[in-house]
Amino acid sequence: MKIAIASGKGGTGKTTLATNLASYLSEEKQIILADLDVEEPNSGLFIRAEKIFQEDRYKMIPGWVENDCTYCGICQEVCNFNAIINLGTHILVYPELCHSCYACSELCPTAALPMQKQKMGVLKHYKKGNIDFVESRLDIGQEQAVPRIAQTLDYINSISDNKEIILLDSPPGTSCPVIEATKDADKVILVTEPTPFGLHDLGLAVETMQKMNKDFTVVLNRFGVGNADVEDYCKKNNIRIIAMIPDSRQVAELYSRGELVYDKVDSFKQSLDSIKHYILGK
Amino acid sequence: MKEIVVISGKGGTGKTSLSASFAFLSGSEAIIADCDVDAADMHLLMSPDFAHNEDFYSGQMASIDNEVCTSCGLCLEKCRFDAIETDGERYQVKELDCEGCGYCERICPVGAISMKEQKAGQFYISGTRMKNTLVHARLRAGAENSGKLVAKVKKEAKRLAEQENKKYVIADGSPGIGCPVISSLSGADYVVIVTEPTVSGLHDLKRVYELVKKFDIKTSCIINKHDLNPEITNRIMDFIDSESVVHLCNIPYSNTFTDAITRGITVLENGDTEMIKVIKNAWETIKKSINDK
Ligand code: SF4
Ligand code: SF4
Repeated sequence: MKIAIASGKGGTGKTTLATNLASYLSEEKQIILADLDVEEPNSGLFIRAEKIFQEDRYKMIPGWVENDCTYCGICQEVCNFNAIINLGTHILVYPELCHSCYACSELCPTAALPMQKQKMGVLKHYKKGNIDFVESRLDIGQEQAVPRIAQTLDYINSISDNKEIILLDSPPGTSCPVIEATKDADKVILVTEPTPFGLHDLGLAVETMQKMNKDFTVVLNRFGVGNADVEDYCKKNNIRIIAMIPDSRQVAELYSRGELVYDKVDSFKQSLDSIKHYILGK
Repeated sequence: MKEIVVISGKGGTGKTSLSASFAFLSGSEAIIADCDVDAADMHLLMSPDFAHNEDFYSGQMASIDNEVCTSCGLCLEKCRFDAIETDGERYQVKELDCEGCGYCERICPVGAISMKEQKAGQFYISGTRMKNTLVHARLRAGAENSGKLVAKVKKEAKRLAEQENKKYVIADGSPGIGCPVISSLSGADYVVIVTEPTVSGLHDLKRVYELVKKFDIKTSCIINKHDLNPEITNRIMDFIDSESVVHLCNIPYSNTFTDAITRGITVLENGDTEMIKVIKNAWETIKKSINDK
């Protein structure tokens, strides 16, 4: 079963929840935790585990073979992302604009643009007890998160025997990367906080989830600050809030040190328990 | 005219609250740009009037005309994004998967596929209660944040600043290290990185700083919630010191940020005199260092 943990905005406690939940559930179950926030992967800081596998990750971009090129210009014309410029004496490829669609490569009449690998990041697989932890990290200056997320999900499918609970710590926001990270999830947990920012961003995330026809629920973090607007919004729109985690400086301090929370803060553990019931369908 | 961009590697550090505070302090001297189009929250503190509102189009999506399609299956075979599906007879495009590359359109032997422009969001120019203009946008749910909408917001803010002879553009930057933040940083004169003393905060600060370094922009840093973890605060101080990043200020952990957001105002208007002093000082330092070369 795949559970995505997402949030409209960053900093709502998504990673804290994902890592603690993974650890808590692993007391009884096999868990795969994937950090899909490929721009800023952080879960690994909390799961101090042993690395068992590491691999460079690539994307495919066209490589120009000067001798075969007739400068017909078809490549430039077919590229919808302006990633190819025909200078008449030279073909320039802009790797960061390329979406790896293969159009230029396969439509080139003289096959002068074979696709080749370019390194984009690193995937790492760690293990600790019942938790398999996978993270993929975008190299600095590499811009496209979506293909990285897709590759990480492929890797997870390859190591999964479909019996584990797979937790996907998704990137923040509501744009493409989130869609990629949540589209195969059976259930989505949206983490938010009871402030106007939290409400506004939750609204956007809900819109995205509805568009994707997802089974989703809300976890309200930092409960006690702000106001009741998020609760009212959820009530009005029939959205289930499965847990309210009280605001606490102690949690913030534990988080700041990279420590797990639930074994030290009882109210946090109770919230995890409610979430566990939701995940296991009780 | 100088452009100041406020960024933070990770979310929840108070970036937007601080950007709005600088917007408040600069008043009519600045044009404000909200480049965090994915979670555009700045307007919630500024009471904008949404005076100008336009659709933003970016990218394309394929669509198959089933009247013309002969079910040859070539598009499905060629699409690298598995964005075409079939029940054996009818072929159709999976909207969430289509990257808009247009390959299928080009190779369809009977011309059954056409590319349609995609509405990617909404773009606004507003007057605000702070007597300045806010350029902001809203990315449509699930749209691609390619950095183009961010680039448009910045370009318009700059154009307005030049036209109206403003001293500053203050931009609430995008999170992360991908396309949107690269768009936020390009062309900026000064960057403020807001961070917090947590293991993730320090980690993300280092990553985003690696990116900032490529731009060769004058850089400064604010440590929010500094007393949450004094040990990491020291490590951040050491790090920015070794990189010659200007340390603007430390802000204590408090609920003033959350309270202010809940009231729809900036932290400067919430009556916390110590906080007001610290942020005002930071703004004065920014103004001073941006103007001396
Ligand atoms: S593979 Fe596609 S996106 Fe990349 S350069 Fe070729 S046509 Fe452009
Ligand atoms: S436009 Fe490209 S991504 Fe979209 S369906 Fe056609 S081939 Fe696939």
